[in-house]
Amino acid sequence: MSARLLCTVLTDPSRAVGLTPDQWTNILTIAHAERLSGTLAHRLTGLILPPVVHSALESARLNAEAGRVHALWEVEMARRALTPLGCPIVLLKGSAFVAAGLAAGQGRLIGDLDILVPRSRLDDVEAALLAAGWEWAKPDAYDDMYYRRWMHELPPLIHTSRDRMIDVHHTILPLTARPRPDAEALIGNAVVLGDGMSILSPADIIIHAAAHLFADGELDGGLRNLWDIDRLVREFDQDDAFWNSLNQRATQHQLGRVVDRALRLAHALYDTPVRTRVRWQWTDALFRARLLARNGRGQNTRRPLRFAFYVRSHVLRMPPLLLVRHLWIKAFGK
Amino acid sequence: MMFTTTMRVGPIGFRIGSDWRAPIAELEALYRDYPKPDDGIPHFTVRLEATRFWRRFIRPSVQIAGDHTIPEALPLPLAQGVLAAEMAMNLQMALGQRHFLLLHASSVERDGKVIILTGESGSGKSTLAALLGEAGWRLLGDEFALIEPATGHAWPFPRPVSLKNDSIAVLEARLPTARFGTRICGTPKGDIRHLIPNAEALEGMDAPAHPALILFPRFGAAEAVRDVLPSEVFIRLTQASTNYVALAERGYTALTRLVTQTSARAIDYPDTARGLALVEQLWTELA
Repeated sequence: MSARLLCTVLTDPSRAVGLTPDQWTNILTIAHAERLSGTLAHRLTGLILPPVVHSALESARLNAEAGRVHALWEVEMARRALTPLGCPIVLLKGSAFVAAGLAAGQGRLIGDLDILVPRSRLDDVEAALLAAGWEWAKPDAYDDMYYRRWMHELPPLIHTSRDRMIDVHHTILPLTARPRPDAEALIGNAVVLGDGMSILSPADIIIHAAAHLFADGELDGGLRNLWDIDRLVREFDQDDAFWNSLNQRATQHQLGRVVDRALRLAHALYDTPVRTRVRWQWTDALFRARLLARNGRGQNTRRPLRFAFYVRSHVLRMPPLLLVRHLWIKAFGK
Repeated sequence: MMFTTTMRVGPIGFRIGSDWRAPIAELEALYRDYPKPDDGIPHFTVRLEATRFWRRFIRPSVQIAGDHTIPEALPLPLAQGVLAAEMAMNLQMALGQRHFLLLHASSVERDGKVIILTGESGSGKSTLAALLGEAGWRLLGDEFALIEPATGHAWPFPRPVSLKNDSIAVLEARLPTARFGTRICGTPKGDIRHLIPNAEALEGMDAPAHPALILFPRFGAAEAVRDVLPSEVFIRLTQASTNYVALAERGYTALTRLVTQTSARAIDYPDTARGLALVEQLWTELA
């Protein structure tokens, strides 16, 4: 068994009727491993389920709800620290979904707080956060230089008393990656929420999710990120201008192929409605296999494929010589 | 992963998978009289995995994994595999389940009323609960007391009692060998031997009851009994709870109700005989 059955049930909750005890056991375990347990609980709300499943999902639902409250509180803490600066503060990923009340936030487990700010104001944002009680999570000279010179974000900051991390981005992909998203346009088109914080525009929020999943990283937790994309597309699908804007903005950010891949895989796994022309590529099968690489006990499977994607994540992040230098320093010290 | 067992402890079902047969065989012996998970569906899955593939065979080392884990969990030697399973199950309870307010405490019941014994490791709460469980009380559990926010009831979670060091001999002197697991030597907490709860405890694992007395035992001091103010009980129980913060308002409401409706005493006792006598004495005074 792979994670496929979980995708089916998330997409069409009526398929949860008549699952065997072993199937339920495995689905619950895989949902935990993919950080989709709260989402599954949300999707299956109101269905008649075996009492044990109901009880397990109720815990997952309560857990996600408590996480949502914590995430919103971190947003509020960041708002108090940063809005006096007068620059746009754009919430990213899970925090953005729950702050804006998007369907992608329902049941979603949220980790760190991610924000995007103009690169020209990075120093001010950093100073304001340090003054408000955040501190460096990894005080190490090389790591610090690595983030500041090559990455798309500051080294992670952690709050001294609340123990929660904040990642401050100035763009959405590492500076060393090949695509160069238009960070100014991302911020310029952001939508301001009632409290003064912003979220990305509908097209950009999907482009960011796609870039995060397919142009950065090794697809760990990819099913959850792909689920975000599915929910976002379905939320914006009603708007005729959305698809045009998605195509046009994806090209502007040099992420057209990445967004197309995200749409193809979201359609393949979650039956996401896709109204632009995207043709299945043979490499999509590899991505699908990697996304579903988990057995019913929650363990990673397909080790060679996972390793290949791990290597790919590094190649995507940096040109080869820079990568060799980085890995050398990481392996043999500084 | 080839070896699997399942069991239900009170309201919670577990599936335990392992790269090795030995810990599963030991768990099956310890849990032989426990029911299987309701509907055949466990709430949680935990895994005992080799840290590296070859560490299955050479100096085997057990890493705990499962639905809910913490990154800093250290591997244990295979000989302590049962302990690893126990830690992994504790993690699921603390991080995963949100139905009950979890108190790190042992608990026993008589006449439909529960005594909760809580304190740090070495306070003697497990030993007292194990002994009370053989002396006219029903053992609800020695690790976690499960407080149900909606009712205030304490639910049983009667896992095998984890006896440590000197307390092992105290129980070995009174009970047949068949009630014990294998002695595990050299754990981070010294020697450990599990005591399988008696039939009354296992048959009653679905019957919750109402808390009537909270005790803070302390072993090895001159005999003393002290009233504990509700404010102090509250603070000490928030520290003894593994999920008080995560339960948010429900946790606060449940704990406030428990603290305001239940008497509390701190008891110091020089030896287990005096400890048991003190518990009985306070129980009589309560009635």
